[in-house]
Amino acid sequence: MAPQSAQFPLPAMLKDAFVAALVALALAAPILGLRTVSVPAGAQAIGGQGLILQQRWDVVAIAVALVFVGRLLLNVWWRRRIAAPAPGPSFASRIGSVLTGKVPYFAFAMVAAAVLMPTMPFADRYIVDLGILVLTYVMLGWGLNIVVGLAGLLDLGYVAFYAVGAYSFALLAIHFDFSFWVALPLAGLLAAFWGILLGFPVLRLRGDYLAIVTLAFGEMVRIVLLNWYQFTGGPNGLSNIPRPSLLGLQFSPNDEGSFHAFFGLEYDPMHRIVFLYYVIFGLALLTNWVTLRLRRLPVGRAWEALREDEIACRSLGINVRNTKLTAFAIGAMFGGVAGCFFATRQGFISPESFVFIESAMILAIVVLGGLGSQLGVAIAATVMIGVFEVFREAQEFRLLAYGGAMVLIMVWRPRGLIAERKPSIALGGERRAIGASMAGEGRG
Amino acid sequence: MSDALLEVQNLSMRFGGLLAVDALSFSARRGDITAIIGPNGAGKTTAFNCITGFYRPTTGNIKLRHPNGRSFGLERMEGFRIAEKAHIARTFQNIRLFAGMTLLENLLVAQHNRLMRASWYTFGGIVGIPGFKKAEDEAVKKAVYWLNCVGLIERADDPAGALPYGAQRRLEIARAMCTEPVLICLDEPAAGLNARESEEMNALLRYIRDKHDVSLLLIEHDMSVVMEISDYIVVLDYGRKISEGTPEQIRNDPKVIAAYLGEEELETAAAMQGGSA
Repeated sequence: MAPQSAQFPLPAMLKDAFVAALVALALAAPILGLRTVSVPAGAQAIGGQGLILQQRWDVVAIAVALVFVGRLLLNVWWRRRIAAPAPGPSFASRIGSVLTGKVPYFAFAMVAAAVLMPTMPFADRYIVDLGILVLTYVMLGWGLNIVVGLAGLLDLGYVAFYAVGAYSFALLAIHFDFSFWVALPLAGLLAAFWGILLGFPVLRLRGDYLAIVTLAFGEMVRIVLLNWYQFTGGPNGLSNIPRPSLLGLQFSPNDEGSFHAFFGLEYDPMHRIVFLYYVIFGLALLTNWVTLRLRRLPVGRAWEALREDEIACRSLGINVRNTKLTAFAIGAMFGGVAGCFFATRQGFISPESFVFIESAMILAIVVLGGLGSQLGVAIAATVMIGVFEVFREAQEFRLLAYGGAMVLIMVWRPRGLIAERKPSIALGGERRAIGASMAGEGRG
Repeated sequence: MSDALLEVQNLSMRFGGLLAVDALSFSARRGDITAIIGPNGAGKTTAFNCITGFYRPTTGNIKLRHPNGRSFGLERMEGFRIAEKAHIARTFQNIRLFAGMTLLENLLVAQHNRLMRASWYTFGGIVGIPGFKKAEDEAVKKAVYWLNCVGLIERADDPAGALPYGAQRRLEIARAMCTEPVLICLDEPAAGLNARESEEMNALLRYIRDKHDVSLLLIEHDMSVVMEISDYIVVLDYGRKISEGTPEQIRNDPKVIAAYLGEEELETAAAMQGGSA
């Protein structure tokens, strides 16, 4: 049939698959085909002793055949899609439209689920611990969202402020006997201070340059923590960090002034875990509340305006440097508070917890969730940390699944899960969302 | 004769080997619409950027005298301070709106400094002090007033990037006016507008001058706009001032005609005019 062959031109498809197979052959021959095997001395082997080269051409053949067939099938699938364009909205826009206009309901449902989660029968220690981890990342994501999502400043070293918060609390507690609740605001303020200190020289840079310098700053903080042995304990870290108390009630097995004794309960280590869960939940909600509030204040509007057009901001008399600094400082402050919580939860911190991959993870959460969207960040944190945990069994496939999830979201929703922007104020009462194509991404 | 609001003395701006503005002196009087015209590359926008603080001039003085007697040496001020303290607002040749924000938000950002003070630099605003609420209501009122003036009130909640070109130009002027300027500098306000829009623009500029006691300084290519609304015109060519005066004087100044049409074409044009007459 003529139309059939025009749709599926077999020679062209075969040629394409053949080329792909050739590439596969070139790659597979040295990587799969040749394998070095060490033969212990004395053992009788085909090739002799020591390090020998084992040839596995059968594996290569299988790989090449798989690529050839796969490419052919892919071709058929592509051409079918071109031949019959999908009627109605694409999958991607359907994901988006599920959330459009329902953000408040969805947000409410998520908060309710988060409140009720520890009381559910399935909530064992592992699940609640995972919940704490997710909420920590939600909070970090919301903190970074102020810097990256609202002000449009690409910060690759956010974990530095997380570390400052954690070490602040640990050192204050170990040397000066500060309790968690006293140290919490101090850790936030110290992190904010470091944010300003870093911001001053750096914020005249834009875009990629800013990203590189913040990346370097993140590494510097980690390396200082690693090498300043007398102060930070170096690679050994700091241990014996006190646990938080509930209005002075300790979560410890001894009966004196402890939570279970006061309420006449059996001692259960779960009490502490559930308490920690609600602490981080409260802190995350506070972050969210402050951010939503800031968005409707002049400073928040100035951040977004800065993301849209810095030069126009200057022409309107906005102090660009100070406005950027406030974004940096407030973002850092929430990072520091989260760090303080992290320290008290772990009871032990070391520089290993503050490596670059953490910054990358938090940034990925913000970008995948949708720059500037609070709900998007919360969903992204849940999914990302969830995916990471679900694949804990399959060690080596974990990063693969993680990367795959990222690629999929970027293909379907290039501006993040929730890409639309809600105006901070409206004349008509109802605030209509603004599509992603309008809003700027910021150039640092 | 009203007094000078803006006085530019001996302003020069050098970019490496290029002298973009060469010893320019002129003054703009209060309540006037002063136009800077000149062929492409004459240094109009550079002079503008020096006045509004986007460039720091190589040499020269720029003095702004407020009606209330305060005066500012603009050549020494940081860019954003010129808008904040000296109250000079500007628009851009290639429109610079906050495209992803609504019209109303655009006009509120323009009132940033006043709202920041009212919110006690955010600390009061976050706990919701009543003074901030009042200040914000006033700011919205002002924004609504200007949206009415530029005829965009129906679109107040739409993103600025969704507006047609002519409306974006008007919105940018409204945004500049929300900063409560004494002098507003417009970089080619009529560029890309059709005849009817251009007419509306003239009316808007006149309205701003007459009703709000704001002086205007504008760069314009469209001669019909310049000749119709300007009170005073400064002509630049190759960074130098070649002429200044009222529209009538400029229209008949041979140096200006030469700069615009070139010497030889001038003769041809004169010959053609003679032939047809």
